[in-house]
Amino acid sequence: MKKITIAILILLCLIPFSIFAGESGMALERASVDITDNASLKRGAESFVNYCLTCHGASYMRYNRHRDIGYTNEEILEKLIFTGQKVGDLMESAMRKKEAEEWFGVVPPDLSVIARARGADWLYTYLKAFYRDETTATGWNNLVFDRAAMPHVLYQLQGEQKLVVKKSDKGEEKSLSLEKPGELNSSDYDKFVGDLVNYLVYLGEPHANARKKLGIEVMIFLLGMLLLSYALKKEYWKDIH
Amino acid sequence: MSNLFNSMIEWIDKRFPLTSNWKAHLSEYYAPKNFNFWYFFGSLALLVLVNQLLTGIFLTMNYKPDASQAFASVEYIMRDVDYGWLIRYMHSTGASMFFVVVYLHMFRGMMYGSYRKPRELLWLVGMCIFFVLMSLAFTGYILPWGQMSYWGAQVIVSMFGAIPAVGETLQQWLLGDFTLSDAALNRFFAYHVVTLPLVLLVLVFVHILALHETGSNNPDGVEIKENKNPQTGIPVDGIPFHPYYTVKDIVGVVVFLIVFCGIIFFAPEMGGYFLEYNNFIPANTLQTPDHIAPVWYFTPYYSMLRAVTINFLGIDAKLWGVILMAGSVVIFCFLPWLDRSPVKSIRYKGTYFKTALALFVVSFFVLGWLGTKSPTPLYTLLAQIFTVIYFAFFILMPWYSKIDKTKPEPKRLKE
Repeated sequence: MKKITIAILILLCLIPFSIFAGESGMALERASVDITDNASLKRGAESFVNYCLTCHGASYMRYNRHRDIGYTNEEILEKLIFTGQKVGDLMESAMRKKEAEEWFGVVPPDLSVIARARGADWLYTYLKAFYRDETTATGWNNLVFDRAAMPHVLYQLQGEQKLVVKKSDKGEEKSLSLEKPGELNSSDYDKFVGDLVNYLVYLGEPHANARKKLGIEVMIFLLGMLLLSYALKKEYWKDIH
Repeated sequence: MSNLFNSMIEWIDKRFPLTSNWKAHLSEYYAPKNFNFWYFFGSLALLVLVNQLLTGIFLTMNYKPDASQAFASVEYIMRDVDYGWLIRYMHSTGASMFFVVVYLHMFRGMMYGSYRKPRELLWLVGMCIFFVLMSLAFTGYILPWGQMSYWGAQVIVSMFGAIPAVGETLQQWLLGDFTLSDAALNRFFAYHVVTLPLVLLVLVFVHILALHETGSNNPDGVEIKENKNPQTGIPVDGIPFHPYYTVKDIVGVVVFLIVFCGIIFFAPEMGGYFLEYNNFIPANTLQTPDHIAPVWYFTPYYSMLRAVTINFLGIDAKLWGVILMAGSVVIFCFLPWLDRSPVKSIRYKGTYFKTALALFVVSFFVLGWLGTKSPTPLYTLLAQIFTVIYFAFFILMPWYSKIDKTKPEPKRLKE
């Protein structure tokens, strides 16, 4: 009987935790995510409202939730809100859905939980993988999201990349090379995108830090309960064994 | 003080059978003294049921069963409702853990022959609970109205459409519309929060009544009621459920809660298995996802649904899939009559049964794993092979359980 139990447990471990998102075939770069790093989150938040919020909404998130990452209400009004909204309002996009559809063919998706759908690594790689492509409507294409409707919003920072295709016996190998440098050098751009992705992860689940903190307290309580309940069981079962 | 307490109990007992029920179901309900690890999962299922009911009530206070608001209302719970994230994770983790616990509970029954005479009805009521649980999981998974909610439901609903003659009408009747839409979301919400929980509660009550009528089976598969103390009439190998198993189950509950809370607080998505990544994208009726996978607890059946690729015996491949999928669950109901072994417990069964059960478990896991993958020719072939093994476990049981070389059952419990 024990053998069967062990076999089942081994099988359970063998089942790989497959990842459904990001199955584009291209290797994703790892984003370093640390949602306890408030300085990084603030940099990300400010980039987000400057570069993303024009077209994308984050309409499940309220501005004043950002007090959790160290802003005051006044700072939120000054640094995150440019459209006269109130501090308790949802972060909705300024763009009208109908116009968006005319311009891009699709309504830009809401980004509130995008990090939970796509994963941080995908977003990080995506934001670094735009290249010039004259055959698309926007003039841009992306290595991890072919024919993405989104143009390269950050090209002034990153510069312009070109697709390089190396053909070998093993097939095609695609890579990108920087043609025209942007305002940021490559490592500063990586840092910029890293902060932005870090913020998107925070945005996906603003209570994640509180969750882990409470989790540790709950675990300590339960371990105490385990000792007590086991002692109680032993005491009662003395008469049986 | 104790006088006051006693007179109060006396007052109640004249009007309601409190003491007699307490005795019949707890303090003088005699359970075999050799329960092992596998016997925790019945009471744990009850715990998860209570968790689902309580957290479910709080979720309905802020959830909106409206196709245009459902997704946003779940995020509202996650962000703006005080401890809404905790309640939601308790509910979503509870759904998966319900299946973990129930699968282990069922596997226990299969190992120790708990479905055998005189517990056939107990097993059947249990199977009804399992069907209701599956319906609850299905109707609940639609509610967040994410991409997987929508397209997963689309797959399930189209199964009804595959039924000949009445299929299409039945499908429209279920949906209240020609497609999966707001109308369906509303009625599935009603089923999920009212109808099904009520039915489940009644069935659980009946399940426990039936259990307390026959008494619990045990790892030795020996009937403790056949060996009673002639003076007291109490089974010699039995011990009162309360306090012995109540204090033991508390330890089980705490260990379970450590695992449960570990998931809630540190891995609520469980790597995409408990909360699928694609379900964080709002339902889009125009965009079919590249890859539709149900939640893990349905994946073995989903594999069987997809396993049939050719029409045969004049029946459409799609309909075969539906028949196999339904059959794979319903077939559990026949276990009490398929098992012809002279002994109940796997401890005394022979190599044939042990091998068959092990193969069954392997096929269940492999099918489950395949159900999370996009089909490829190799995967489909594997699904077909393991579907055959899965069904062979049941269909060949009357034969292999009969010719199996069993060991003699002891008269009394061994431990």
